[in-house]
Amino acid sequence: MKLSELFAQGKFVVTSEVGPPKGTDTSEMLENGERMKERVDAVNITDQQSSVMRLGSLVSSLLLKQRGIEPIYQVTCRDRNRIALQSDLLSAWAVGVKNVLCLTGDYVSLGDFPEAKPVFDLDSVSLLASTKQLNEGQDLGGNDLQGAPDFCLGAVVTPAADPLEPQLIKMEKKVRAGAQFFQTQGTFEPEKFAAFMNQAKDLGVPVMAGIILLKSAGMARFMNQNVAGVHVPDPLIKEMASAEDRVQTSIKIAARLIGGIKDLCQGVHIMPIGWERHVPAVLDAAGL
Amino acid sequence: MLVSERKPMEEIKSFLVGESKVFLLGCDGCAAASGTGGEQDILELERQLEKEGIGVVGWKVIEFLCQKALVRRGLKPYASALREADSILVSTCGIGAQATATVVGMPVHPACNTISLGGIRGEWQGEERCLECGQCYLDITGGICPLTACTKQLVNGPCGGAKDGRCEFEPDARPCGWQLIYERLKSLDRLDVLRQAPPQLKDFTQMQPPKEIRSTSKWAIDIQAKEEVAAT
Repeated sequence: MKLSELFAQGKFVVTSEVGPPKGTDTSEMLENGERMKERVDAVNITDQQSSVMRLGSLVSSLLLKQRGIEPIYQVTCRDRNRIALQSDLLSAWAVGVKNVLCLTGDYVSLGDFPEAKPVFDLDSVSLLASTKQLNEGQDLGGNDLQGAPDFCLGAVVTPAADPLEPQLIKMEKKVRAGAQFFQTQGTFEPEKFAAFMNQAKDLGVPVMAGIILLKSAGMARFMNQNVAGVHVPDPLIKEMASAEDRVQTSIKIAARLIGGIKDLCQGVHIMPIGWERHVPAVLDAAGL
Repeated sequence: MLVSERKPMEEIKSFLVGESKVFLLGCDGCAAASGTGGEQDILELERQLEKEGIGVVGWKVIEFLCQKALVRRGLKPYASALREADSILVSTCGIGAQATATVVGMPVHPACNTISLGGIRGEWQGEERCLECGQCYLDITGGICPLTACTKQLVNGPCGGAKDGRCEFEPDARPCGWQLIYERLKSLDRLDVLRQAPPQLKDFTQMQPPKEIRSTSKWAIDIQAKEEVAAT
């Protein structure tokens, strides 16, 4: 099922994500997918997140699809040029992938092969544009395809970026290039998210708020120091630091955040970062 | 200007395994300015090599090793030393080392690595860099090149990786190029130009020098070399 169809039905869409393993043992990834299966509309499969080499997101998407879990195939521009990207997108459609999330990708220096050649032949905007063109039956060079995909195209945006305006300009470019929905970077401040939505809503494209599960106060501080566009306010860090049961506190915080932004947007995207098993409890607590 | 830096002695020694005598060649152009190819640099290299037990049969510093005619002329008086040498160790940029190798007909080892300047070719006392991409974006980017200012060479706006206006790659050393572009465009009241630009797609064939320019400069260098040979 394409996410665009769910949005068209007026549904509040819920997605989460799994990360492919470093290696060939897919059991944990598939178990995580199974745990979420009945509770979410679709599951993102990350593409070598943080530039760390892993099992590929295309094959992982297929493995999840075979188990009845709707994949959102994440594609970054870091590792493949326009020939490989277009080819992988055709392959994805041929095996039943319906949803694609188009990203630029982290720089290679963040991962375990900092000496690798960074590609970035395309970027998120031109990847969206070229995927839209595939949908319309032509490749990027204007050559006709023998059988075309019909992907639902997703993109990302950072609501807490400072300054926000360049993000909004790029978001607008992504919409014009073909983005049909957005998933946001993790948001911890409903007021900031509201200010962002106030400007983004004019674009008329569904936005899913990103919710990161806090695992500890240390993780929150680490993200504040190191992760672009993520800011965990002090009261939340204190709440995690003084928690007797970190899991329960984390679930409570996530549910509260969802409650705070639910009416502003068209869905949520839960990023469990290792706590995939707690996603159902978060959704229970949030009443989703 | 091409900036070079001396390779570690261990690496240089690994090039010279099985050889007993070497001729040193320096360059009084960019390499001298880089502290790798000037006279004092070559004398220091000679001291270091002899300390390692490597015999140096002679040395010469030539102006502009990138000019093959000058290399030929400069090495002419050293014919006997070169016959004695197993190889030439060249302390300059990659262009000078290649030009020397083309001219001498004997093994040439590079003593240096050439450091990327992010695209600059000619000398320019500023921080602007041009990648000679053949597809200038400066109009939509407020006169700041996204190919040299952005680590990912993005041409459609910033990625999500910048934090506090700094690039995710070496935040201590690099500002986010797109932050600079944004601020410039904003100050020029030209953000709409960026907003309305269609998705930009890099054409990498344009990063190759045009055929006529390649043949012209090749022609110039070859003619120069031939004239030098004829004159000697």
